[in-house]
Amino acid sequence: MSKESVAVTGIGQTKHVAARRDVSIAGLVREAARRALEDAALTWADIDAVVIGKAPDFFEGVMMPELYLADALGAVGKPMLRVHTAGSVGGSTALVAANLVAARVHRTVLTLAYEKQSESNAMWGLSLPIPFQQPLLAGAGGFFAPHIRAYMRRSGAPDTVGSLVAYKDRRNALKNPYAHLHEHDITLEKVQSSPMLWDPIRYSETCPSSDGACAMVLTDRAGAARSPRPPAWMLGGAMRSEPTLFAGKDFVSPQAGKDCAADVYRQAGVADPRRDIDAVEMYVPFSWYEPMWLENLGFAEQGEGWKLTESGVTELDGDLPVNMSGGVLSTNPIGASGMIRFAEAALQVRGQAGEHQVDGARRVLGHAYGGGSQFFSMWLVGDRPPTS
Amino acid sequence: MTREEAPGHREIAVVAFAQTDHRRTSDELSEVEMLMPVLHQVLDRTGLNTSDIGFTCSGSSDYLAGRAFSFTLALDGVGAWPPISESHVEMDGAWALYEAWTKLLTGDADTALVYSYGKSSPGSVRDVLTRQLDPYYVAPLWPDSVALAALQAQALIDRGETDEPALAQVAARNRADAAANSHAQLTGCVPQGEYVVRPLRTGDCPPVGDGAAAVILAAGERARQLCARPAWIRGIDHRIEAHGLGVRDLTDSPSARLAAERAGAFQRPVDTAELHAPFTAQEMILRKALRLGDSVTVNPSGGALAANPMMAAGLIRIGEAAARIHRGESDRALAHATSGPCLQQNLVAVLEGDPR
Repeated sequence: MSKESVAVTGIGQTKHVAARRDVSIAGLVREAARRALEDAALTWADIDAVVIGKAPDFFEGVMMPELYLADALGAVGKPMLRVHTAGSVGGSTALVAANLVAARVHRTVLTLAYEKQSESNAMWGLSLPIPFQQPLLAGAGGFFAPHIRAYMRRSGAPDTVGSLVAYKDRRNALKNPYAHLHEHDITLEKVQSSPMLWDPIRYSETCPSSDGACAMVLTDRAGAARSPRPPAWMLGGAMRSEPTLFAGKDFVSPQAGKDCAADVYRQAGVADPRRDIDAVEMYVPFSWYEPMWLENLGFAEQGEGWKLTESGVTELDGDLPVNMSGGVLSTNPIGASGMIRFAEAALQVRGQAGEHQVDGARRVLGHAYGGGSQFFSMWLVGDRPPTS
Repeated sequence: MTREEAPGHREIAVVAFAQTDHRRTSDELSEVEMLMPVLHQVLDRTGLNTSDIGFTCSGSSDYLAGRAFSFTLALDGVGAWPPISESHVEMDGAWALYEAWTKLLTGDADTALVYSYGKSSPGSVRDVLTRQLDPYYVAPLWPDSVALAALQAQALIDRGETDEPALAQVAARNRADAAANSHAQLTGCVPQGEYVVRPLRTGDCPPVGDGAAAVILAAGERARQLCARPAWIRGIDHRIEAHGLGVRDLTDSPSARLAAERAGAFQRPVDTAELHAPFTAQEMILRKALRLGDSVTVNPSGGALAANPMMAAGLIRIGEAAARIHRGESDRALAHATSGPCLQQNLVAVLEGDPR
């Protein structure tokens, strides 16, 4: 028996900011959930199940917070699942929710991911001392900088490529009312002269710390038929994981990322991603990850990804726009960051992305990764239902 | 609107189960070292290798491990190379099994490895669990898990549904049955002891300990190839209740009843039930909500009163129920898992063996 088709009929997010002191965690998630329900023209009663995701519980200091959030998300009397797969969690959460529809367990599912970083300190949350283990003293930037350096050496990319990505993403964010950073006076010179944090990553080439939530309503064909606005259709979705460290691991272009993309393309019948996919919303927490993921996802040959960035292909009006929303570089409520990528892809094919809409976007890839470049989740959405 | 007909049309079964010997402490072992033998055992029972598994899903808690992303270390132990299709829930492994079940229903995989683990020994689990509560209004008061369970037990007593001697009988029966379970932590004749929090005595409370468990699921013919008598999952469902204890009737478990109904538990009687009831009064509440009569064998393993490794104890209930079907000791069994204060969230699975 074939799978049920999965459609996105509602999307909601909060205005991402450094600190939402005006709302509790429950208030934050409810705001995004209500917006997704309004978008889908549904009420809480229409929702069969809730699937929630977030990054480590230490980031807010609440253990298994889905228990406390059951009321705020209208989940009382319903199934509620809590996913946690590191930075990829926002994407994984959407895929777990999509499986409930695809497997015909439920018809309409609310999925949501959030982080309220202002409640705690993510840097320290990542740095709790464990006996006999190497501490991650420098946070995520210190972990990823050497891999970026490896990419630069391997590809021969000019030093300026990272700043081009940051400059593009921060300008795209100006067109997205939900983005955290709105740097109206941004210039390329400012990016290039910002302080060096983890060589070669400069301050303006890193993601911010945000409070924010993102929610989606996923439903089956019957649900999509009742949707007042055009749905986005899931054409393929996959997760892949590999170990953190092992001899032969390629941190620059991890095999799990390649395998995950290949699985999504197979499901969606994509032969040539560069030709068949119109835009990409990918998880780029540090600028250089744009060219690195372009190669990992098959949009460029190995060592060639930076050329797409440098030649303007990934600009909002380019041939393959990347991170139209402003990306993780402009908005980073960690647990929600993956779902925002997935939601942005859906917004684009629904034609609802407003000022950062890509004209004629019909197939858009949403991508998330986490851990030590080891957890990947992706989906490809389209403006038409899958044919098979 | 939820579908009325049974979801999917794919038969999925538990084909293998393994667990650690649960202990008060496992100082000498990391979580990965505790988990690895169980993974090897469950794979050995089916003859499968990690690379044969279509989907892997685990359950664990960073708060017990005391570090963020603790599950990544366990994944390194699984051997996720070449890369695997994998997911993780910050929940008891019973919910990881639920996610794996939906994955197999879609047809994307034919086999799944599910595991979960928890070490309570490094800290005070009573205090740690207070961090599950409403962070603004309840958690700052630090009401611990035993105190909340005592409120629930007292409510049941006040309603005239039980008394302390009856609670003591529940404790004694579980631990007597656990004597036949080599993995159990607290077995045999255990004194009820002093009050921990009135009306609960030491004997009414679960042992605090460390442990891990793993299960393999398989679909259709694959299940029959891997297991002589697969434990078919006829239904599985889970429901959550309000978080605020003040708005709940603590003497009842409507979420467990609804999950059981959705899982088809009431269509025909079960012969066995494995209930995840860490406290004696909770077994009574669950028996009532799940309509388990005296003819049903409840917790032949000794249940959570004999071994309660956090994050694994729910998955162990499913594993124990399935193992009885594998061994031909049960034909239709109910397995239950719980999470949150005072049975806030409940999962029910109905397992059946092929007719003999």
